[in-house]
Amino acid sequence: MGRWLAAAQFTGKGLVEALVALPLVLPPTVLGYYLIVAFGAGSWLGELYGRLTDRSLVFSFDGLLVASVIFNLPFAIQPIQRAYEAIPLDVRQAAACCGMSARRAFLRVELPLAWPGIVSAAALTFAHTLGEFGVVLMVGGSIPGETRTIAIAIYDSLQALDTDAAGAMSALLLVLSLGALALVYGTSRRVGRRRG
Amino acid sequence: MKFVVMALAALVSCLPPAAAAPVVAAASDLQFALPEVAERFHAKTGRQVRVALGSSGNLRQQIAHGAPFALFMSADEAFVFAIAREGRALDEGVLYAIGRIALFVPQGSPVSLDADLKGLAAALTAGSVRRFAIANPEHAPYGRAAREALINTHLWEAISPRLVLGENVSQAAQFITSGNAQAGIIAYSLALAPAVTARGRHILIPERHHAPLRQRMALLKGADDTARAFYAFLQGSEAREILKRWGFLLPGE
Repeated sequence: MGRWLAAAQFTGKGLVEALVALPLVLPPTVLGYYLIVAFGAGSWLGELYGRLTDRSLVFSFDGLLVASVIFNLPFAIQPIQRAYEAIPLDVRQAAACCGMSARRAFLRVELPLAWPGIVSAAALTFAHTLGEFGVVLMVGGSIPGETRTIAIAIYDSLQALDTDAAGAMSALLLVLSLGALALVYGTSRRVGRRRG
Repeated sequence: MKFVVMALAALVSCLPPAAAAPVVAAASDLQFALPEVAERFHAKTGRQVRVALGSSGNLRQQIAHGAPFALFMSADEAFVFAIAREGRALDEGVLYAIGRIALFVPQGSPVSLDADLKGLAAALTAGSVRRFAIANPEHAPYGRAAREALINTHLWEAISPRLVLGENVSQAAQFITSGNAQAGIIAYSLALAPAVTARGRHILIPERHHAPLRQRMALLKGADDTARAFYAFLQGSEAREILKRWGFLLPGE
């Protein structure tokens, strides 16, 4: 999808890009509200899922997974889109000139060039998923072993006045997030060097 | 890609085995009492339950949206009647406790404690209470009881501009123990917890100042054997003994 957004030119592209970026600016409560309305008991999506799998899309791990995909869209797509946009047109034309098939050009030329963007996307998504709080609390509740993520567990242990546990988990999350961001900046610097 | 796969694998390995223990959705005034009951239940039967805490109103909303809870322990029986009416509970359940509230001030606070909150009124006039913590009265029963007590003691108007609202009563307690609020009204069961007691002083607020917090629980549709056994255990003498020790009044006593 990132590649498509980088290459495609069409009217309404701005709108699609805006939709992708929306979870960045929407308050988690707004996203949480719409997810509960869309997936909750009584919604047709929720009913359908319940009938197919005998499970619920809200307050379950499944629901969190779907919610995570949605609120991570910008973190996953934007770095990949930027990476593809950065590939000069003549490189692609050269690949075509050399007789590479579209598939081969994608695998051998575009993918290696866009690779740092993809790594960035993966690292950002991973860190953001670990850290997301608002949406997870609203859509997941806080069910031990199912929807109690580390961010929620920190909130819970602070309420249980267990500051030691909250401190330890916060430190862990801090280190993981820092690591993910360091990876992101590390890879983007390497790209810069390669180009320069 | 390898990174993503590894991350996913790590995530999946953290998950507990399927068919895990039933989830008890409990009002947060049970923060400390319920784990003790659950532990005793586990020691006795070998069965386990998981506890999800929140304000009763929020838990009630989550149940209405299909949250997979087996037992709902509300701090306000009206929420249990509501889900029973909506057909999400097996029946209207039973009363398991009557909750009490307490005025709590952090260590070193100048507020003097008395049953009619006169010391609090004086502290408000003197300006030594800048922030007063209660649970959100909109959906937390203990917040509503706190508001009633403040109205009955004619302090509500003076205190409203200084209120900080916790999402549930446990968060309100955390606001005070962390020293960020200079006083507050919380569940008596929380005030008795060592982690809270060590950080301040409290006084029980007389029952005449608020409507009784009639705490009711009901099994929800789909409750399994373990949930039913726990429901029965909660009504037995051992569990009642524990609840009593945590400051609850018991029905039928």
